[in-house]
Amino acid sequence: MRDRLLETPSQTAGPYVHIGTAPQSIGRPPLINQPGPVIESNTGEAIVIEGTVLDGAGAPVRDAMLEIWQADGLGRIGEFGLFGRTVADFSSGLFRFQSVRPGAHAQGHAPHVALLIFARGINIHLHTRIYFPQDLEAMEQDSDMKRLEPEARETLIAREAGRNEAGLPVYRFDIRLQGAGETVFFDI
Amino acid sequence: MTTDFYRRDRAQHPAPYAPGYKSTVLRAPFRPLHALEQTALDKTGPALGHAPLGPLDHDLIRNAATTGDALGERIYVFGRVLDENGRPVPNALIEVWQANAAGRYAHVRDGYLAPLDPNFSGCGRCVSDADGRYLFRTIKPGPYPWPNNGSDWRPAHIHLSIFGEAFAQRLITQLYFEGDPLIPLCPIVNTIADKSAVDRLVARLDLRNQEPFDCLAYRFDIVLRGRRQTHFENRPEGL
Repeated sequence: MRDRLLETPSQTAGPYVHIGTAPQSIGRPPLINQPGPVIESNTGEAIVIEGTVLDGAGAPVRDAMLEIWQADGLGRIGEFGLFGRTVADFSSGLFRFQSVRPGAHAQGHAPHVALLIFARGINIHLHTRIYFPQDLEAMEQDSDMKRLEPEARETLIAREAGRNEAGLPVYRFDIRLQGAGETVFFDI
Repeated sequence: MTTDFYRRDRAQHPAPYAPGYKSTVLRAPFRPLHALEQTALDKTGPALGHAPLGPLDHDLIRNAATTGDALGERIYVFGRVLDENGRPVPNALIEVWQANAAGRYAHVRDGYLAPLDPNFSGCGRCVSDADGRYLFRTIKPGPYPWPNNGSDWRPAHIHLSIFGEAFAQRLITQLYFEGDPLIPLCPIVNTIADKSAVDRLVARLDLRNQEPFDCLAYRFDIVLRGRRQTHFENRPEGL
């Protein structure tokens, strides 16, 4: 049996992550095929997901970079999967994606969005999931959700927050890195 | 492909809470990570490395040039993207960012007094080929001070963001340069407890791959998570 190689260690993305991953956010021209916060797809209901990453003192993390990966509105993944990337607003810390509400991609799993969080002071990216309040019944059957305490489960469910100027439904998803109401982060 | 990836060996990675690096104190979760089985979603990922890039994306010496080449020590950074099974990872997207030769980032938030270089943005991208090989050309970044325990100094480093074939392989890291005396003094490097793991973040000078009378070369191989294999599949190549 061959020895396995060891994975390259992670290091923090640091405060200047925008230069390489979201140059338009610091006034540079976007690159060709640069992933961004708006995901176009006609496979489901267009939605906005927004929120703030909060540190252990309740202060917004203004230098966070976030990525989502999800099934399309029909529950298809692989080449149909949807990817988005955004950065927190420099002054408010608010992040925002436009996407579609995902369909269920596998039996026994409630529809969800995989979310990664990178920032200064985060030595290895944090992985969490966004679930939607319409899918409470599916969550009751979801083996991953069933193993979480109710308070922990709550941290993964986005909250309906009205509609934006364009009429799209807005889902609020705040991430608490540490302490009271700490978001559940996964080792997957 | 539905085979699971090996679990991430967290001992190879920095501790989330590492008070020597002060920014972790309020940003590291208190609760342990919750282990989950991988779903089909985690085992696939965006095909970012299959989309065309700009012709100069891999050349940081030229891709933001206005009046001439970027200033500094001209280098290639190259290597292979492999998985834990030693197999090449083709079409991996590698995004990089770095300070200029004086240690200053072209970023609105960097107030270091060292000068900007009008010919350098510090942003680049490349994709690995069928054998997992990648290469970009840049200038060696300078070290710079940052407020942590008073004025700490970062060793020269390049940030790398890597997408393999699956979201489970996602990785952001930093590469350092062989021989830099600031490496063992850096609070961010020292968030990694295992010194041999730190060593795997150090790019090696490779004179054989220089561009004569032009450019030095540093080799840096990247290992992403691999998929579980049966012993039968794990036989040595050629048998």
